This record gives sequence, structure tokens and C-alpha cells, in this order.
Amino acid sequence: MAGVMADFGNFTHAVVRAIPSSLAKEALRMNVSDVDLEKAQREHEVYVGVLKQKLGLEVIELPADESLPDCVFVEDAAVVCGDTALITRPGAESRRKETAAMQRALKELGLNIVEMSDENATLDGGDVLFTGREFFVGLSKRTNQRGAEILADAFKDYAVSTVPVTDGLHLKSFCSMGGPGLIVIGSSEPAQKALKIMQQMSDHRYDKLTVPDDIAANTIYMNLPGKGHVLLHCTPEEFPESAKVSAHTHTHTHTHTHTYR
Amino acid sequence: MTTEVGSETEVKKEPEKAEEQPAAPEPPATNQTDEAKAEEAAEQSNESPALATDSAEAPTEAKENQEEAQPADNATGQEGEDPPASPPASEKKGISRFLPPWLKRQKSQSAVGPKESQVTPKEEGGVVLVKEEGEKAEQAEAEQTSLTTAAEPQVEEEQVKGEENKETEEGGEEKKDQEERLKPEGGHYFIKSPLKLTKKVKMVMCHVTMLDGSQFPCEVEKRAKGQYLFFKVCEALNLLEKDYFGLSYKDNADQMCWLDPTKEIKRQISNASWQLAFNVKFYPPDPSQLTEDITRYLLCLQLRQDIASGCLPCSFVTHSLLGSYSLQAELGDHDPDEQRLDYISDFQFAPSQTKEMEEKVVELHKTHRGMTPAQADTQFLENAKKLSMYGVDLHHAKDSEGVDIMLGVCANGLLIYKDRLRINRFAWPKILKISYKRSNFYIKIRPGETEQFESTVGFKLPNHRSAKRVWKVCVENHTFFRLMTPEAPTKAKFLTLGSKFRYSGRTQAQTRQASTLIDRPAPYFERTSSKRISRSLDGGSHLWALGNFISFFMYFSQMRLHFLIPQSGKLRVQGENIYVRHSNLMLEDLEKTQEDVLKHQASTSELKRSFMEATPETRPSQWEKRVQETVVVEEIRVAPKGSVTITTPEVVVAVETEVEKPKEEVIEEVKEEVEAQKRSVSVSSDSHSESEEEAGEYHPQVTVSASVDQIKEEPEKEEAKDHEEPDQVAEPVAEPESLPEVEVDAMPSPAVVEETPVAEPETALVAEEKEEEEEEEQPRVNGDVSHAETERIPQVICCSEPPVVKTEMVTISDTFAAQKTEIATKEVPIVHTETKTITYEAAQLDGSGDGEPGILMTAQTITSESLCTTTTTHITKTLKGGLSETRIEKRIVITGDSDIDHDQALAQAIKEAKEQHPDMSVTRVVVHKETELAEEGED
Repeated sequence: MAGVMADFGNFTHAVVRAIPSSLAKEALRMNVSDVDLEKAQREHEVYVGVLKQKLGLEVIELPADESLPDCVFVEDAAVVCGDTALITRPGAESRRKETAAMQRALKELGLNIVEMSDENATLDGGDVLFTGREFFVGLSKRTNQRGAEILADAFKDYAVSTVPVTDGLHLKSFCSMGGPGLIVIGSSEPAQKALKIMQQMSDHRYDKLTVPDDIAANTIYMNLPGKGHVLLHCTPEEFPESAKVSAHTHTHTHTHTHTYR
Repeated sequence: MTTEVGSETEVKKEPEKAEEQPAAPEPPATNQTDEAKAEEAAEQSNESPALATDSAEAPTEAKENQEEAQPADNATGQEGEDPPASPPASEKKGISRFLPPWLKRQKSQSAVGPKESQVTPKEEGGVVLVKEEGEKAEQAEAEQTSLTTAAEPQVEEEQVKGEENKETEEGGEEKKDQEERLKPEGGHYFIKSPLKLTKKVKMVMCHVTMLDGSQFPCEVEKRAKGQYLFFKVCEALNLLEKDYFGLSYKDNADQMCWLDPTKEIKRQISNASWQLAFNVKFYPPDPSQLTEDITRYLLCLQLRQDIASGCLPCSFVTHSLLGSYSLQAELGDHDPDEQRLDYISDFQFAPSQTKEMEEKVVELHKTHRGMTPAQADTQFLENAKKLSMYGVDLHHAKDSEGVDIMLGVCANGLLIYKDRLRINRFAWPKILKISYKRSNFYIKIRPGETEQFESTVGFKLPNHRSAKRVWKVCVENHTFFRLMTPEAPTKAKFLTLGSKFRYSGRTQAQTRQASTLIDRPAPYFERTSSKRISRSLDGGSHLWALGNFISFFMYFSQMRLHFLIPQSGKLRVQGENIYVRHSNLMLEDLEKTQEDVLKHQASTSELKRSFMEATPETRPSQWEKRVQETVVVEEIRVAPKGSVTITTPEVVVAVETEVEKPKEEVIEEVKEEVEAQKRSVSVSSDSHSESEEEAGEYHPQVTVSASVDQIKEEPEKEEAKDHEEPDQVAEPVAEPESLPEVEVDAMPSPAVVEETPVAEPETALVAEEKEEEEEEEQPRVNGDVSHAETERIPQVICCSEPPVVKTEMVTISDTFAAQKTEIATKEVPIVHTETKTITYEAAQLDGSGDGEPGILMTAQTITSESLCTTTTTHITKTLKGGLSETRIEKRIVITGDSDIDHDQALAQAIKEAKEQHPDMSVTRVVVHKETELAEEGED
């Protein structure tokens, strides 16, 4: 039997949630700018299509909830690793109920559900970076120490290190995993600083892929049974400079569009 | 002499004779007979005594022999060099009380043969030696430590088992014997001054909790250093890769502390019970690189303990997976018929274990079908090592702001945790300095790329002790995992502040290097879950002891196979050689003074080691080489009766040593190892412990049976005896026996001057005379021995060697020699002598009669100690067939800083030895390097 802690394992399922129309007006926002709801919904459809058709994942689509304008960002509602799913307690009060649907969906998948019941704890999945060997949890506006502790309790096999996130919303606002042992990182000062901290805190060595745009560092890496290593990243049109970097570095990368968000 | 008949009978007789003899010297003829008997007895006793006891036994016997024997010698008409033994004897008796059970083992041996008559003899030996043992033990320990790396493995294992067995067995028997003896014979001995002896011999019973949860009782001298006990434990475990382990104890504050191997146990342990635990101290980051399965097994046990106690957090799945490997390792393939989960609930897989988890464990267990225990252990470790808290030693602390944090010391550096979260990490390369002051612990951090200045981070520990403890652990971990060789402790300076503590053990690099030299058949060991043990049996220790015995036998059976299997003539020869050497050594020991014997004995383990070493599938050539090395520096002088002195120029310097070195890369290490090997070899020869085994081989019926019986009994006896023994032991025992032994010494020993410089780097040999003087100066150290011995003639005397003896030796030696390469030619005579002796040892009983038993004219042992040097010189003069033989054996233990050129020191030692005795030839040099740990400075 293979080890329990085998890096990323294989990706088989994807959970997404439709975009509520309330997103445009009521969703929480870092900056004040209009959201093109229709464009967002188009992009989302493409995204889901890629997951289903191109990648062959079993996609579980949760219906949108108008009362939860941010519910499309399913990443924040849960952290799944191995056979355990930690249902988070989102830092934004308005998002707390997003977890209910997620919890049901994950439970149906047979995962062991761990709930974050401590009222002093907050955790957004966007602050959780799983490298395959350990967790980094950004301590941000949305995630606090207690939330990180609970995550550490939920995934006892792994080291959980905290990284201060002073700028930006989440830790993963400027970084993500680009593959086993590879961290894709934005080039902003806060991003680079955070990377330094992560490198210092880790017993493992990571390669880094620095992309010019912080937002372009938001990628999705997955290991698919039939397709090998796959990286979802933003379109070249969106971040032309960053796309070059990715293309050159990743030979076996399937370029897909990940525009939503 | 018809010694052959039975050691038993002889033994019985001996006691009587011994008693009688003291009064009036008998005619030479009688003496010889007596001597022969004595020898035989001694031999037998030696053999039977078994390994562990050796040190104690041999010394005692030797002493006794000397003392008691003296009368006989006088009678013979030879010089009455020996001082009256009476006073010393009495002292010795007193000491006996203090002797630990295992020291007394001899009795057990005797018991086997001469049960009824046993009465006094054996006990005495044990008693007398006790003091010395302590010293020797320490030395031995030190030696072991150094040696342990490469060659040790085998030896230690053997020792352990053997010792345990012996101890237990002997302990029980001995006690009884002693008691009995005390009454009858006692009067005589008691009268003499027991006080002196008493002081030195104080023994303390240690209780070591093993990784399987069992208790390992071990009696140690009160002044014993940590490493003595540690090596005892490792012996018991048959563990060679011991550098990853350590002994721990709880301090007054109930904090776990590591026992410093270089310091006295009593100075560290605060609890009155001397309760310790055997634990993994350095968790190897990659367990697959460990050499032996037994090491991995022990690591598994530690991890199971860590997991069960919650120290090593795991997820549910990991608990289940690791548990399933544990099941596979201990129970083998899942038995489909075994439907119930009962058997599983006996295992503890997690701090809190649910039915669900047990089911998961079983489910996973089924998937491991066909996996061997070793494979299961390996899988267990491969998964466990990935756990984030694997090998992290946590300490409570507060940061500069008073926030509770945990300091985690590990292979990679220092981790800072707040609750379960890692909030910082300082890799060793980032740390420039580690220090503590009062209750604060500081690390100075190397400036980052963009930073200009070093920064210091301070942590507040609960108290000074804990601050120091963290500091020490950091020093040890850093040294072990990051350095190639331990850092030399700072030399003591008067005004130096701060602790001088340095990790003095081996580094991981060194221990790995050493492990590559491990060359023994995989030792048998029984896998047992501590949990199950404690549940199934009330007396865990019993079970443990029993298991140990079993493993002991298994082990030996394996060894035997080895000998036999070696199809090739050479291999076979090797095995024989080994045995032979042992026998010889034993004889030599007898001859040697107590101290020498003690020293030899001290390392029962060593003997075993050497024995083991030889045994394993060593390449023939290697074995030969080793032998040579061992033989190297002996000086033998044979002088025809008249005034003619025949000098056998055999200066075989340990050139071979180099050859043996497996790897030249790590010079230092290699050397040590080589030395270790040598040492072990020599040791083996010295130690009696092995004798038992040998005896077994030679005299299967007697020895074997005896040992077996003892073994069975051991477990029970052990406990009972252990408790009782301390007090009872003290009684003066069989001095009578000693007499026989003395005689024996005379017989076997052709006049050979052996100089065995224990090659501690620096110092050269000290002149014997000097040594003697020193002895006097430091009487207490050496104890009785020094007094008695001192009186004797210090200098080496030329003697004539009996032709007959040589002849015999030659014969045997030839065989031996033939296999040897160069040595054979030159040294043959000498070597052969030893070899011969050994070979004949068994035969001696028979042959002794026809042959000319040498008459021991004089035997003296001189011990001197100075600050950094301990020298023991044993001189025996033997008269055989008109020729006298003088044998000098020197043991020099040099204690000093490690930065010495070993080669140079060795050369120097040999040179000096030769200069001191220009008319003698060096036949053997045993070099042993012992690394002394620096003591901690101020706290």
C-alpha cells in the first residue's frame, strides 16, 4: 500500500458552484470596480467545460445561492487533503453559510468531514497552500491563528506553518503550486517576502516560478490519472507576460483557461 | 594430570586444597598436580562462567589464585615473591558483598559442575574482583563506545545476551553459594579487613525501561558512568547501531533528560530508584539507511511509543496504516480465520483508539500479505518518517513577549511552534551560535542576504535547567546531524565560563560509516509489542528475560552454523582460531593479575564482540590480519635456565592494521574502527565470557548443558537475586578456588611478556617501574590489588622457557600459522604459544599431566594511575622444564584529548615498550581507542 502522504495524489473530482447574480452588486470586493456578470458567467462555463471535457474530471456543480454572493469561490469553503475535508469558517461573516452546501457535497463523496466549530476561528481556503508535503497558512484578514490551529489538528501528518499576509486578500492571491515542489509566485514585494518566509519555514526545498503578475500566480495544478501533470492558468491574453514564463517552463503543461474570478 | 575427567571434580578438590595449602607449602610434585587441577578448574570455571561474568570472575579468580597460590609457589621452592595474601584476601571477601550478581556468575558455573562442593571457590573470585570491575567496566565501556562503531556490533550482541543469561543465572546460584560459603569458610576470611573493599564495591541496581516496555534490571557500580549502563543495555539488546539511542531519566521536575554517558550516573540521576529508559535519541531522517533490521525494529518500537503517547501526531489514516504494519511485523499475515478483533485491541495504535480505527487497521493488514516483519518495519518507517513531528524534540518556552511556544529540536534545526503551528524555523546553517544564560536560551542568527547584522533570538525557558537542557539537545543534534566528526570539547581553562559540554558520541556520518562495517548475520530478535507484554504478563521483565535467553541461544546457534558452514578450510580455521584465541586468552587472563583480568573482563562485551567478529563471514584474509594485529606487540623473552637469554625477535608491528581498514576515506574513523577490531580481538582472548561458548563447543555436554539449565532458570533468579544480592554478595567467598587458578596461570603461561598498550593516542607506555610507583601513590584507585601486587617484584625477569611447552605450541601454532600469512613465520613461536595454549586449553586438562606444567614462580600485577594514564602491568614468571618464562603484559589506558596522532602514539608506545625491555620481544599490541567525553562545565 502506498503511503498515505503521497504528495498530491490523483485528482478525480472537482466541485464548483454557479455564479449568483448577486455577485455583481453584493459580493465582497477588494477594490471598487464593476463586475461584468455576464462575462463572469461565460468564463465560468468555459472553466467547467475544461474540467469536464478536457480533463475528464467528475465535476460536481453546486447551485448558486443568491443569498451568498461570493458562493462561487468554493475554494474558501473547504480544505481537502487525503480523505479528510476540513469545512472552514470563512473570515467574512457573510460567507459563513457557504460551507453548508459544500459540506454536503463532500460528505457524499465519502470524505471524513471535520468542522471548524470554534467561534474564534476563521479560515479561508484561499489562505491555505498545500505543497504536497506541508501546509502554509496565510494569516490574513480572513484567516486567524486559531483557524490555522484547527487546520493543523485536522491534518496531523503535516507541518502547518503560518505566513503573515499583510497585502492582498489571501495567501494564494499571489502564489500557488505549479507542480510537485514548484511554487508559482508573483513578483510583487509582498509575494516575494512571503515566499522567503515559506522557504525558511520549510524542511523541504521548493523551486519557484516567478510570474510578473501576482494574479497570474493563481494557478491550479493537478495530477490526473490519465493525463499526467496539468496546470490550469490564466489566459495569455489576460496576462501575456506571465503566460510566457509558464509556457517556457512547463513543457508538459496543458494550457487551459482559468479566467474566472 | 588428568584434568580431563571433569572440571567439577577438580573444582571440588581445589577448594579443599586451597585451604590446606595456605598453611604449608607442599612439595613441588604435589603442587604441580594441584596446579594442574587448579588450572583445569580455572579453565572450566572460566568456560562455564560465561561471558558476562568474565570480567568479574576472571579477575577474582586470578587474584585469588595469586593470593592463595602463593603458598604453593613458595613451596615449589621458587622465590616467594608473592606477598602474603591473607590481608588482601580478607578485603576481597568484604568486597564480594558489593559485587553485583553477574560478577558472581562464576559460581553458577561452578555450580554446574561441582554443585555440592562448590562451596567457596567460585564465589571468592567474583567477590574479589568487584572493585576492579567497576574500573574496568568503565574502561570497557569507553572502549566499547569507541569500538562499537564498526566491529562492536557483533560482539556487543553476544555479550549482551551472554551476560544477561549469565548474570541472571549466576546471580541466583552465586548468592546461594556465597551464603553457604560464608558460614563455613567465612570465619577465616571475614577476619581480614573487609572495610577497604567494601567502600569501592558499592553497587546499585538500575532499572531500565526498554522500548518494548519491559524492565531491564542492571546492577552497576555506584560510580559507574552513563555509558557503562548504556552499553550494558545495548548488549542486552544485541544492538550495534547504538549511536541513535540513549538512556533517559526524569529529573526532579519530572523532565526527561538524557543521561550523559561521560558522567557518573549518580551525579545525574536524582531519583533514588535509578529508573531510566532506553530511547531513541537521534531519529534518523532516513531509516532505510540504517544497516540492521534490529535497529529499525527498535526505532519502530520507539515510534509506536511516540505515537501511542501522542508525542507524534498522526492522522486517522496514518494511525491505521502504521498500525497495520505493526500487525504485519508482529503477527505476520492476516489470518482470515481470526475474525474477532480481540487480538487487535491488545495493540495500541493511537492515543485514543476507536473500533473504527481497529477495523481500518485490519483492513489494511490484509493488504500486507506476504510482507516479512523487516519489510513491514521498513514500510512503517517510510511512512512515519514523513510525519512532520518525526524526530522533533519539543520543549516548552516563551518568546520574548511571554507567549507560550514550543522549541522543537530536530535534525534540520530548531523549530518554533505555537500550539500546533510552526511559526518559525532556524535551520542549523542559519544558526551561528547557541547559548543559554540563566533560564534564557539564545540563538544567534546568520544575517540574511539583505541583512547586515547578525541577530539574536532569545527564548525564555521555565528555569535554568530546562534552558541548559535545550541547549544541550541542540548541541547534540547539531553535532550528530550536521558535523562529520564531533567537535572537540573546549579545553578546560581556569577562567572559562560556560559549559564545556560537547557531544562526544559519534555523528551520524560516523555511525553510518561504522555501520558499513557491520558484518554479522542478522541477529535474531523477538518482536513484541510492549502493550501486549504488559497486558499479558504481570512481570514484563520475566518475559523479557526469557525472550532474551531465547534470542541468546538462537544467536549462538547461528554463530555455530557460521563456524561449521564455512566449508572452506580457511573459514573453518578462522572459527577455530577464534575459539583458540579465546581459550588462550582465558589462560592468559588467569595468569594475569586481577587487575589485568578485570580489565579484560571489564569488556565482556568486547570479548563477545571479538568473538563475534571473528565468527561472522569475515574473509579469511581479514581474520588473519586481525589476528596479527592483535598479536603484534607482545614481548616474549625466553631464557634458558642458566643465564642464557633467548630473545625472540618478533616485532610484528601492527602494520596489518592499515590493511584491514575498509575505507581510507575517513581516516579518523577508520582508525578507530580498526582499533576497535583489534581491541575486540584481544579482548576476546582475554575475556572469559566467551569461554563458556567455547567450552560449549569443546565440551558440548558439560558446558552446554550447564548453560542451558542456567538460562532457563535465569529469568526467575534474576529478579529475586537482584534484589537480594547487593547485600549478600559481599560475603567473602572462595578463596580456595583462587589457588587452583593461580596454578593454572603458571602452567599455561610460557614466559611471555605481553605489552598491551591500549592505544590511546597520546601517551606512550610508562615504564613498569614507574607504573608501580604510581600505583602506590594511588592506592585507592586500584584498591587491594595494588597493595598485594606492589609487594611483588615489579620488574620483568628473564626466564627460561620450557622447551616442551614450546614444542606443543608449535604444533598447534603451525596450523594456525599456516593460515596466517607472514606472522606465522616470525611470530609463530609466540603466537603459537598463545594459540597453542588456547587450543590445548581444552586438551590441557588431559595433556597437562604429561606435558610439563609450568610452575608459576611469580605473578604480579601492578597498576598505576596518573591523571591521564592508567597502566597495568602484569608479570608472570613460569618455570617449565628448567626454563623460565617471563611474560609481561602491559595495559596502558591513556586518557586525553582526541586530537592526537594515533599512528604516532602507537608507534611511540611500541617504541617505548621495546626500549623498556630491550631483551624482550613484542608479541602483541592491542590498540584501543577510547574517546573520552568532556565533562560539562559549569551549569
